[in-house]
Amino acid sequence: MRSPLLLLVLTYAVTIAVLALIPGQDAEGHPTPPMSLFHAFYFVSYTATTIGFGEIPSAFSDGQRLWVIFTVYASVVVWIYSIGTLIALLQDRAFRRALAERSFARQVRRIASPFYLVCGYGETGGVLVRALTDRHRRAVVIDLDEDRINLLRLETHREHVPALVGDARRPSTLLAAGLRSPWCAGVVALTDVNRTNLKVAIATKLMHPQVKAICRADSHDVEANMASFGTDHIFDPFDTFALYLATALQAPCLVLLVTWLSGLGDEPLAEPIYPPAKGLWILCGYGRFGTALYRHLKAEGVELVVVEADPARTGEPPGGVVKGRGTEPETLEQAQIGRAVGLVAGTDDDATNLSILMTAKAMSPGLFLVARENHRDNQDLFEAVGAQILMHPSSIIADRIRVLLATPLLSEFAKYARYREHDWACELVSRIAALVEDRVPEVWEVAIDQDQSPAIYNVGKGVLVTLAALLCDPWDRDRPMTVIALMLVRKSDRILLPDPKSPLRRGDRLLFCGSSLARSRMLWTLQNSNALDYVLSGESHHPGTLWRWGTETLRRWKVRRSG
Amino acid sequence: MNLEKVVFGFFIVLALTLNFGFFVGELDNPDHHNEWELFAVVVVNLIATILKFGDRTQIGAILLSTSLVAMLQLIAAVLVWVVAVHVTGDGLTPKITASIVSLTGGAMIANVISVVLLVIETFVLRR
Repeated sequence: MRSPLLLLVLTYAVTIAVLALIPGQDAEGHPTPPMSLFHAFYFVSYTATTIGFGEIPSAFSDGQRLWVIFTVYASVVVWIYSIGTLIALLQDRAFRRALAERSFARQVRRIASPFYLVCGYGETGGVLVRALTDRHRRAVVIDLDEDRINLLRLETHREHVPALVGDARRPSTLLAAGLRSPWCAGVVALTDVNRTNLKVAIATKLMHPQVKAICRADSHDVEANMASFGTDHIFDPFDTFALYLATALQAPCLVLLVTWLSGLGDEPLAEPIYPPAKGLWILCGYGRFGTALYRHLKAEGVELVVVEADPARTGEPPGGVVKGRGTEPETLEQAQIGRAVGLVAGTDDDATNLSILMTAKAMSPGLFLVARENHRDNQDLFEAVGAQILMHPSSIIADRIRVLLATPLLSEFAKYARYREHDWACELVSRIAALVEDRVPEVWEVAIDQDQSPAIYNVGKGVLVTLAALLCDPWDRDRPMTVIALMLVRKSDRILLPDPKSPLRRGDRLLFCGSSLARSRMLWTLQNSNALDYVLSGESHHPGTLWRWGTETLRRWKVRRSG
Repeated sequence: MNLEKVVFGFFIVLALTLNFGFFVGELDNPDHHNEWELFAVVVVNLIATILKFGDRTQIGAILLSTSLVAMLQLIAAVLVWVVAVHVTGDGLTPKITASIVSLTGGAMIANVISVVLLVIETFVLRR
């Protein structure tokens, strides 16, 4: 950048100086003193930029013309060269990238609320960022692929999402994305490369140990590695889904419960799914997904036949495999499709999976079908083929992480609920179904602290506030609200479905589900001490004579109207 | 010896010396202040400014800012000169000359700071 500018200055200086030394002539041809530096600068300015006004202020002498010939060639060429270099610099990829990085770092520094650093904006990252911003949480995105970042810029999120094309393996990229920022609440590594996720987890734990590290990992090897240095949450899509399916076989109510509670916004309630627990299941594909599924289903005592095209590469389960892709009727025949109750199409190729499902459906229409969907683009095809359960690795991970980040208590609730009886879950499901009509319930957390619930936190000594107080309507305390207390957390204790009579203490955390109306009413009780007094005592005593007179009059007026 | 450093130092010091050369003399006497000298000061200062581009260090930033200040002052001086001589036709009256010279005096202060910073930087690097 320097040399063209220096050349330009030098050319101007020399041409102006010499031009201001050469004598001129007037209209009659008499010699006149040379033009001034100012006139020389003016002349060179319009000549160099190829504007060219002619010989001003008066016609030139031959000596001046001789020099002007040199001036024109030198200054015009140098000027074009300089301009060309400067424009090329502005278009330079490296330069623009440097500018983009600076503006990204500035945007991240300006964030003044907790944000999550998401590495990898693939399908999982996309779903997660959408879910976070919908709940007014900030996110910062890094991805290696420029196309994905451009895609992100085209999408509209409720919160601005700073995004950078960069390599998450480089610590400098992570630092620019605010890893050390006091507002950084967590780092989520979701790239499809295990090593990158591992590197991000290591960098997070080294550079900002207090921050939560949440990673996706596809192999047990990497999972163990991540766990070894304290990565907070590790998600394996295949393991997660295998566990889900195994649970669905044994405890369909529990699966339904968790699905409903972790539903998003205005979704309709999902229909219960009852996969047949007794009978033979055919498992097509014994890769990472198949292996995880085999392990979990075997643990539940399900009878399994594995179909795999290349057992030499994937390894073989103890019971042996039926060799083949599963797309041909012969292979499925060999796998005894006649007496099978369910089939899982679990290869890593969507075309193969679809073909397996279609063949199987034609051979045995009553079969329960589970499909692995590798790419979101094929959603319509999988819906058309009519599989009862669709397994999409990216959205499974995104759902889990969303629940974990947005409502951490729900994530814990799901974990503890797994140890309960099946009937317990079924009863809770029917209670929730009675509570909300056909939309998923709202799930929210309440902490008994100064910030979220000042009314309860600052209640007078000797006043006992029980959970029941929160569960009744602050407008009419005899009317029960459409809400269920799911869990009470007190220090290390986790009480599922706590008794309404249990007293609340400072520092308690609670998880509720119910209608959005109940949620806003509960907020009232939590924050307004008058509302809390009413709920506790049944009397609303408002301070101030004027206020009391107003309410009295209103009450009398109401009585007269009804009577 | 680094040629780039020589050129860099040369222009920064030359900017100061030329500036001083123009500045000395009676404040309001146009005979003591040559227009060619002012021309040279402007050109050399421009070159010094451009040479300072692209240095990302703290001291580099201050060096560039001193040069920008000097340029601002010098351009103001040149404008006063051009307006007085070519636009209003007043010529170099003592009043005009005084304002031109004092403007370049300000530029000289900036150039002095520039040179001092250069010397400091050299010492720091030595250690």
